[in-house]
Amino acid sequence: MEPESGSLATEKMDIIIGNLLRAGVVLSGAIVFIGGIVYLCRHGFEMPAYHVFHGEPSDLRDISGILHDVLAFRGRGIIQLGLLLLIATPVARVAYLIYAFARQKDRLYAGVALIVLLLLAYGLSGARV
Amino acid sequence: MNILEFTGVIAIGSFVAGFLGSITGLGGGVVIVPLLALALGVDIRYAIGASLVSVIATSSGAAAAYVKEGFSNVRIGIFLEIATSAGALGGAFLATRLPVSVIGVIFGVVLLYSAYHAMSGKSEHAASTQAPDPLAVRLQMDASYPGDHGPVAYHVEHVPSGFGLMAIAGILSGLLGIGSGAVKVIAMDQIMGIPFKVSTATSNFMIGVTAAASAGVYLSRGYIDPGLAMPVMLGVLIGSTVGARFLTTARTPLLRKIFTGVISILALEMIYNSLSGKL
Repeated sequence: MEPESGSLATEKMDIIIGNLLRAGVVLSGAIVFIGGIVYLCRHGFEMPAYHVFHGEPSDLRDISGILHDVLAFRGRGIIQLGLLLLIATPVARVAYLIYAFARQKDRLYAGVALIVLLLLAYGLSGARV
Repeated sequence: MNILEFTGVIAIGSFVAGFLGSITGLGGGVVIVPLLALALGVDIRYAIGASLVSVIATSSGAAAAYVKEGFSNVRIGIFLEIATSAGALGGAFLATRLPVSVIGVIFGVVLLYSAYHAMSGKSEHAASTQAPDPLAVRLQMDASYPGDHGPVAYHVEHVPSGFGLMAIAGILSGLLGIGSGAVKVIAMDQIMGIPFKVSTATSNFMIGVTAAASAGVYLSRGYIDPGLAMPVMLGVLIGSTVGARFLTTARTPLLRKIFTGVISILALEMIYNSLSGKL
């Protein structure tokens, strides 16, 4: 059984995590929406081409490219920024867990969360072997 | 159909998928890929990328509510997340290698299975009365959840088997762009003996992290198209949020049956189209 202070700390941690996730989703949804309006205003009357797969251009594949497009006020770049933020939300949650477990002096679980964070970072880097 | 109309159709379809997925508990992600690939002729790789994004959105959006109720177990979740994240990276890697037709067939089979699982209903197993599992104790997984008459304590067992099944859940998630919540719940509820409420809450919590692992790979390889992901993400997110509000007032066995029927038909069509080379 955990001591009372421990479970209270866990509860507080859970609430912070919940709020973090919700804030991330709302913010990314708003950015995607704004980017979507810009995109539709400029390209709404063109024809979609998703039947054939050719992959996204390189500027929509990584952080620096996406930021470049956002500064150029391109709709697709702004949407991609929102999506990047959305993907970052659970990553931030895992990073926060490392901190929270470390504060509870729970080395085992701080280590577990660190492994998960490294796996996520590896995925975001493209998981090139 | 120009981009404006195309976006509108996808947004409405995604809203309905998110709404039905939320009130039936089957998740909206499972129908997004067939909707895009079969009805709108979108290449399945773009469809999977867009679906993954919506999976993260619904998971993170719903997690806030689950966390407040105190059912989810963060320790169990993050520990099993090692298996699901690693699996998801493997699944995303497979998705870049496997032919589209193979992915389509696997998708159809998984859809059929989740329809079958939904129809057979959840089997309430008796609370575990066995002695605590030493491994689970060492990992501090045993905990309690708020019951009607105060906290209900539970023990966790069969950690290695649960971990193994979680790796498979991760592979399916990364390969198909779904949350694979059903497999996660089976691993926790049926194998590890974790109470159903704790399993579903923890599973929902994990789904976003699992999807983020493979979404990173998809994004950096150019599989996530902003024009397509935008209406899918917003539609599913709003649909599932509205559905979650609805859930408290309405019990929906009929709707669940209809949605399960739709999933079965989509599954068969997916398999047929993959085998006949139309996908």
